[in-house]
Amino acid sequence: MIRRLSLCLTGLLVATGTRADWAVNMPRGITELSAETYGLHMMVFWWCVGIAVVVFGAMLYTMVMHRKSRGVTPAKFSHSMTAEVTWTIIPVIILLIMAVPSAETLIRIEDSRDPAHTVVVTGYQWKWHYTYQGEDVSFYSTLARASSEARHKGANIDPATVENYLLDVDRPLVVPRGAKIRVLLTSNDVIHSWWVPELSIKKDAIPGFMNEIWFQAEETGLFRGQCAELCGMDHAYMPIVVEVVEPEAFETWIDSQREPAEPAVGRTAP
Amino acid sequence: MNTAVAELEAHDHHGPEKGFRRWLFATNHKDIGTMYLLFSLTMLFVGGTMAMIIRSELLAPGLQFVNPDFFNQMTTMHALVMIFGAVMPAFVGLANWMVPLMIGAPDMALPRMNNLSFWILPFAFMLLLSTLFMSGGAPAGGWTMYPPLVLQTGDAFPFLIFSVHLMGLSSIMGAINIIVTIVNMRAPDMSLLKMPMFVWSWLITAYLLIAVMPVLAGAVTMLLTDQFFGTSFFLAAGGGDPVMYQHIFWFFGHPEVYIMILPAFGVVSEIIPTFARKPLFGHDSMVYAISAIAFLSFIVWAHHMFTVGMPLSGQLFFMFATMLIAVPTGVKIFNWTATMWRGSMTFETPMLFAVAFLFLFTIGGFSGVMVAIVPADIQYHDSYFVVAHFHYVLVPGALFGILGAVYYWLPKWTGRMYNEKLGQIHFWLTAIFVNVTFFPMHFLGLAGMPRRIPDYATQFTDWNFVASIGAFGFGLSQFIFVYIVISCMRGRGEPATAEVWDNPKGLEWTVPSPAPFHTFEVPPKIPAAPAPGFS
Repeated sequence: MIRRLSLCLTGLLVATGTRADWAVNMPRGITELSAETYGLHMMVFWWCVGIAVVVFGAMLYTMVMHRKSRGVTPAKFSHSMTAEVTWTIIPVIILLIMAVPSAETLIRIEDSRDPAHTVVVTGYQWKWHYTYQGEDVSFYSTLARASSEARHKGANIDPATVENYLLDVDRPLVVPRGAKIRVLLTSNDVIHSWWVPELSIKKDAIPGFMNEIWFQAEETGLFRGQCAELCGMDHAYMPIVVEVVEPEAFETWIDSQREPAEPAVGRTAP
Repeated sequence: MNTAVAELEAHDHHGPEKGFRRWLFATNHKDIGTMYLLFSLTMLFVGGTMAMIIRSELLAPGLQFVNPDFFNQMTTMHALVMIFGAVMPAFVGLANWMVPLMIGAPDMALPRMNNLSFWILPFAFMLLLSTLFMSGGAPAGGWTMYPPLVLQTGDAFPFLIFSVHLMGLSSIMGAINIIVTIVNMRAPDMSLLKMPMFVWSWLITAYLLIAVMPVLAGAVTMLLTDQFFGTSFFLAAGGGDPVMYQHIFWFFGHPEVYIMILPAFGVVSEIIPTFARKPLFGHDSMVYAISAIAFLSFIVWAHHMFTVGMPLSGQLFFMFATMLIAVPTGVKIFNWTATMWRGSMTFETPMLFAVAFLFLFTIGGFSGVMVAIVPADIQYHDSYFVVAHFHYVLVPGALFGILGAVYYWLPKWTGRMYNEKLGQIHFWLTAIFVNVTFFPMHFLGLAGMPRRIPDYATQFTDWNFVASIGAFGFGLSQFIFVYIVISCMRGRGEPATAEVWDNPKGLEWTVPSPAPFHTFEVPPKIPAAPAPGFS
């Protein structure tokens, strides 16, 4: 165990030198709404920084200037209506400035009308199942084998050597770029949550419920996420990979995935 | 025989009983307060040990020490032990010790119930901790006990539910006692608005407890009947609704958040005026702010559930209501700053903790505003950003409030000054390591790391390593605190004066240090002109 830990620590030091993984912020993402969300996040963040500068500045100033060791005699005041009304009203105004754009974005997030494609996502302990509605395509998506082998205690495989450790699956969800994809979420057992940070999407998959979200990816590529709601022992091991491809590639892909049509013999006309 | 009875009676009137009877049959508010505080300290270390196990596993990617299921048991138990075992009993202990002393009452109003509400706790936690040794292990579904997952708990399940029932009973009895004491036993002339802020904060906290603890009891009882008696309150297959549990739970859970922070607000409102040598700024508006926070805490619960799929109008309502909490909380922060303003400050250990509370709780408040913004919260929710947020309000918030309170009143309790130098070392180590531990968690969450996972993708390695190192430092630093407290309890250190600090305001400083077993057998006189501490 000690050996394995030291292995990890060494790996860690090497990793620090070679990869810029000290990420500190949210990804901007690849949808219009993810960029908007990022914008809201940054706006609120900068407001907080501004308020922090003023409030912490005042605290630091008074802590430095109004010390007994500087021979200050304490003032006697204990209330001021003007001051208190001021610092009640100003926060209200700042909150309003934050609330309006947040509400606007939220309204757009909730508008899932007219999707081009609909995917039903079902959570299982501990994998995802995807069904392309009206396409006769469905499959399970489970943790990729390389991660699966390295994840166990005593596996003696350094996670740093596994590509996309814990964030890779055997079969990603494939979607076309530029199309509005509606995602319907439910679960077969306990509550899961489908989270892809780059798509700015997180929604619970709840047994007996059908939740709805949507996204429209503007870039192609592989985008990774994880189950976000504690769902038991292997909660950490049910990643999500969304592959965004060009629309033509998507058509080819979905055609290749369709289950072979059953023989027409014996079937009644629809 | 007669002598024995006479002796017993003499003991009854003049001092504590000897041996275990003093503690087992304790009805004295000071003894019960001490037991609460020591119990809380024990639980802090039990829950802390679990945190160390969690951070050890997260030190590096891959599984080194524990299995995922045990990891989940640790996160679940860490939360339950810290919330119900460490933070809440610590505040009840402080209330037991200080409320009678601050309002000039001889004891708590209901001393036997006080005994019961304490002695329930060790049994509740014996039940809860015994689950670690059961087949299937301890509860591993998160402290929020969401169905259907929690129903997969093994033999531990009924023990979990029953221990939560017991903790709730204890809290409700403690709260009733505090309310009755405050409402009925104040010194003559101490009107409600003349009460010290710590007493005010506890009065409101106690009402919150009475309001929401039965709700939690109801929710977990429904879990129990779902599991054992064939009901389907929360089971979709039987026509139930798993989301309804979350609504009920968080109707308890959000006021619970304020139950854990309002008494800390009270403590800080006591400490800062003493060390700024200046009365608390805006006493009355502080009371109104606490009341406003308490009211709002009942109408914001669903902000814990922005990803469960609520209607747009519901999300908007809970977003706006949640943002509103920033207003009264801001008033409190500004008023504390104004209390320090043009004071004559010194920075003994209690003041250091109070000032650190001001800075770091405010950081927790900022991330609180951020998580209120629904579109952004969709990203933050159930990520390490939330872990960072609530640890900032609970550790440098609630825990620093408790530590500050202990340093502030320890000389009054033990009659000895703690070692100031050691206290300052404890403070600086704690304050630095708490940030090393929890600040990087903001980054991890924003970069996409979910909470409650035993292993993570390799891009999260660096900050997890930093957070773990911080956590180890934080954990080790707390042994200094234990040493300081034990030293004072064993009578080491300078004898403390009755006032302890430089002209502090409040009735607790009018009794000798250590506070005698019985105080204020005759109600004290409050100065006719409102003294600074009371106005």
